[in-house]
Amino acid sequence: MDRYRGNPQAIADLIKGYAVHRDVYVDPEIFELEMEQLFPNSWVYIGHESQLKNTGDFITSKIGNQPILASRHRDGQIYVLHNRCPHKGVKISSEPCGNTGKFFRCPYHAWSFKTDGSLLAIPLKKGYEGTGFDADQASKGLPRIRNVRIYRGLIFVRLADEGLSFEDYFGDSLSTIDNMADRSPQGELEIISQPIRYMHSCNWKMLVDNQTDTCHPMVAHESSAGTAVNVWERAKAANPDMDPPMAVQLYAPFMSPYEFYEGAGIRVWPNGHGHSGVSGSIHQDYEDVDGYLQMMVEAYGEKRAHEILGDVRHNTIYFPNIMVKGPVAILRHFIPLGVNKTLVESWVFKLKGAPDKLYERGLMYNRFINAPTSIVGHDDLEMYERAQEGLQSDGNKWVNLHRLWDENEPEEATDIVNGTSERQMRNQFYAWKKFMIQNMDTKAGTAG
Amino acid sequence: MKREDLVDFVYDEAHTLDQMEWETWLALFAEDGRYWMPLEWQQEDPILQPSLMYEDRLLLTVRVERLAGERTFSQKPKSRCHHLLERPRVISMGEDDGVYKVRTSFLYTETRGDLLDRYSGWIGHELVEIDGALKIRLKRIDLINFDAPFSNIQLFI
Repeated sequence: MDRYRGNPQAIADLIKGYAVHRDVYVDPEIFELEMEQLFPNSWVYIGHESQLKNTGDFITSKIGNQPILASRHRDGQIYVLHNRCPHKGVKISSEPCGNTGKFFRCPYHAWSFKTDGSLLAIPLKKGYEGTGFDADQASKGLPRIRNVRIYRGLIFVRLADEGLSFEDYFGDSLSTIDNMADRSPQGELEIISQPIRYMHSCNWKMLVDNQTDTCHPMVAHESSAGTAVNVWERAKAANPDMDPPMAVQLYAPFMSPYEFYEGAGIRVWPNGHGHSGVSGSIHQDYEDVDGYLQMMVEAYGEKRAHEILGDVRHNTIYFPNIMVKGPVAILRHFIPLGVNKTLVESWVFKLKGAPDKLYERGLMYNRFINAPTSIVGHDDLEMYERAQEGLQSDGNKWVNLHRLWDENEPEEATDIVNGTSERQMRNQFYAWKKFMIQNMDTKAGTAG
Repeated sequence: MKREDLVDFVYDEAHTLDQMEWETWLALFAEDGRYWMPLEWQQEDPILQPSLMYEDRLLLTVRVERLAGERTFSQKPKSRCHHLLERPRVISMGEDDGVYKVRTSFLYTETRGDLLDRYSGWIGHELVEIDGALKIRLKRIDLINFDAPFSNIQLFI
């Protein structure tokens, strides 16, 4: 029997602020409702417009469990469509990206569609004459998603017809995307390669929570970052003139003490967005890249260039399921596949007009930290999967988020707090509750 | 150096890994040796194209020491591995540049607790002779499904 469907109060009761019930991570019905409610009600990232340079270029993605398709039409616009044939439901595109030419063609019965989704042709069209087909939804082609917004090249979609506008949903949190794009002397980002993909046997929210968890690096990553520091110190002792290589510069800050993370701060915004690293971060001490500052000064002026490069935010969560890391131009996409199965795609942006060394650093960071072959990733995945198993225990049905909790904590606020606070995780769950129950149909069993 | 020596080197190296003799394995690398696992088909550039791994001896040493660490939680219990190799194909005897090149088709299996993960593809060895012994200048692993989403790959293919 359904416990949560059509029962917003039962869902709200899972979130106590300082704790959340384990069902948000382990209950299959909650996962189904996330697919039906949370993801459609949210603005969800699907890709970057640089992946759709030419007419006929397309990418595929999923919002919740719904397959979608975005393509560049001959009018120059990007259209986001439901990736299912209006005839029998067959997925039109099965590849992650490609170029379809002038039209999409369903591989089952050859119904074809323009790249804006409209129906182009059906074989044996006469068979539909006088059947009332013209009035049916199927005659309109691939359903187009109306709420699409491209911001600094990042494509966001809201599936639900009604809901918060893009501006109201993201508000000031867009400053992280601005900062990442502004790090290009041309103010533009570009995707020119594939993401690193990593499969996790755990709930997608464990990954999202971890992005602003600053109390785990020096513990969980002692095995990887701690060992890297030890090995480097020995190499340095044997050869004191050596400068730390890029690899060591990337690994070593993970071992920073609690005090460092406390001081670095966390900023929260309404609707579940927030970031660690307000006044400093693990990205703050990377070696300068020859010529880059000069390029930035020429593009933006002395003051603005230093402002942009001085803002070294660590991890920014865009609720529900991406994380942006501005200083290394990385975007991580946490794609839910099941209550305990999550696909992670980690993308590196190229900063247009910037030296290659910055792209090299981003790619290196990505394979050191975010890859199935990354020892840092091994530490994290082990913890998520142990949590997924541990939460089966009836010994305690609540996940604790008590660190620096205040009983008067507002659920919709912009604020800067101690960097080891669990405030941003709580902030995500306030938003989770809001979008889970927004417009929830309380009459069970309706066919929409 | 005979062709047979190159073939033996490849089998012996895999044996070292299967026996989990990591330090011995690491010593097979030249000082400037690299271990590379590309992320793209017929990839040419490890620096400005994304890879799953591209590591020098410093980073491989970190991995080897990590495997022995007391707080390496993802290695509780420890993983094991098995290499099944096709006969290596000698591509170059280093006539021009002193670099011997060998390519080997493989099936690789790694455990993680009760789980068993299997990978297949080709191993490319670039070997050089240093003080009379063969050393690895480059070990390149091309997985057939380099772009698939994997779970943890913790040991060495």
